[in-house]
Amino acid sequence: MSAVADQATTRGAASPPRRRTVFEGRRLREPALALILPAALLIGWHLATAGKAYSLIPPPSQVALAFYDLAFGGIRDDFFSATLLSHVVASVSRVYGGFILAVIVALPLGLMIGRIPTVRQMFDPMLQILRPIPVTAWLPLAMIIFGIGPKSAIFLVFLGAFYPILINTVFGVRSVEPRLFEAASMLGCTGSAQFAKVVLPAALPAIFTGLRLGLGFAWMIIVIGEMTGVSTGLGAIIMEARQLSRTEIVICGMIAIGIAGFISDRIILMVGRRLLSWNPNHV
Amino acid sequence: MSSPANPILSLRNVGKTFDVQDRHIEALRGANLEVARGEFVCLIGASGCGKSTLLRIVAGFEPASTGEALMWGMPINGPDPTRGMVFQDYGLFPWLTVRDNIGFGPTSRGRPAREVKETVSHFIDLVGLGRFADVYPHQLSGGMKQRVAIARVLANEAEIVLMDEPFGALDAMTRERLQDELLELWERTKLTVLFVTHSIEEAIFLSGRVIVMSPGPGRIDNDITIELPRPRDVSASDFNELRRSLSTKLHSHHAKVAA
Repeated sequence: MSAVADQATTRGAASPPRRRTVFEGRRLREPALALILPAALLIGWHLATAGKAYSLIPPPSQVALAFYDLAFGGIRDDFFSATLLSHVVASVSRVYGGFILAVIVALPLGLMIGRIPTVRQMFDPMLQILRPIPVTAWLPLAMIIFGIGPKSAIFLVFLGAFYPILINTVFGVRSVEPRLFEAASMLGCTGSAQFAKVVLPAALPAIFTGLRLGLGFAWMIIVIGEMTGVSTGLGAIIMEARQLSRTEIVICGMIAIGIAGFISDRIILMVGRRLLSWNPNHV
Repeated sequence: MSSPANPILSLRNVGKTFDVQDRHIEALRGANLEVARGEFVCLIGASGCGKSTLLRIVAGFEPASTGEALMWGMPINGPDPTRGMVFQDYGLFPWLTVRDNIGFGPTSRGRPAREVKETVSHFIDLVGLGRFADVYPHQLSGGMKQRVAIARVLANEAEIVLMDEPFGALDAMTRERLQDELLELWERTKLTVLFVTHSIEEAIFLSGRVIVMSPGPGRIDNDITIELPRPRDVSASDFNELRRSLSTKLHSHHAKVAA
């Protein structure tokens, strides 16, 4: 038996099927490891809740059914049925609306704060005072200024994404090697032309960290943002379901936000990998 | 001592002091130097002799505190593509491929894309990096990086190439090869080179003139013309004689500083 096995390994190159299984085994190892914890959580959740008459937390099977109903309808056909897509679309548009707004403001501002002392002296103190104020504290003011509706939500998401993008951009700009500015200027690239040709590309790894963090914050803030009285959005159904004691819908909303945030992060990671392929430290 | 009629570069009584916290540090005092077009000049001296400061003033990275630095008789104020710098740590843009690093200067100066492309491929071939044209700097060896840095300033039509210990970070074999290549380029293109080094052998091997500097404060002490025929043989007796006399000149200053 062992002799056969030895023979098979020494003839490794001549036995492609065996090699392929080894290769696939390795490739499956990572997703398998990633699934251990969710599976354990699911089992624990099921054991703790299934079959108990007065459980305040519904068992996973009930949540799964509710999720199906939320997505496609046909089970309960109530207020929540088949509305998932419209909520996801609403939340995604607010998350990306606020996030893109934050990028538009924070990126140029961060480049300038990092590079131009006058701008830094002007903006930095005020930004440092505003920064510790949590987004939740802005909620009442946002509702007064922007009214009840998606504008408030977008504003709060903007605030949440703004600081991580700004701070990482400033950090990225400040840590550009001075040598590169010398190199650029002796090659004929001077003054504001250096922003696009040196500062931005050199700071890009740090900027991408900021974008990732910012988008993550945007998805965290969206629930608070959609507490401002909008009727659509994943945050809105969570609030709505809570008031109706429909905890299974609350959990569905949480899962949907988790998945949407995860997909968002993967997208930005993919873009980052493409743009930063030159950087040996960025994988 | 040569005094060319129409020097490409002239320094008149150039001095530099740095204010570090509350202290004045005099890095360079009363430097006078004229360089003719096509010369290969080495600046040599112990650390703190102001050779890099002098080079940075010529590059336009630092203004002179006293005196004046002129190129073709015009004051140097700020970096300029006519004076290309090759740094010891390369200073390549890590996000650009070899091709785009070499094309950075011409592109920045608004040359049309087709012209840039031709220039770039010409200089990539000149430094023998054809196979690495689309590779990023972090994938190159030190010697290859320095070739890119040299090609980058040549592609930008630099008239003077300023080199700040460019081969100091390379291993001995690579250094010798790049020295040969640089000389070949210099002979072929009739460049003007101002080269900072702390290696006596490198200075004698490469240059037509060696400027000996000494520290405390940094100043120019000697201006020696090297008349050995090229290609030079580092093991020849006249080479060694020069090496010895230059070494004595350098070390006499050490003695002075110590005393």
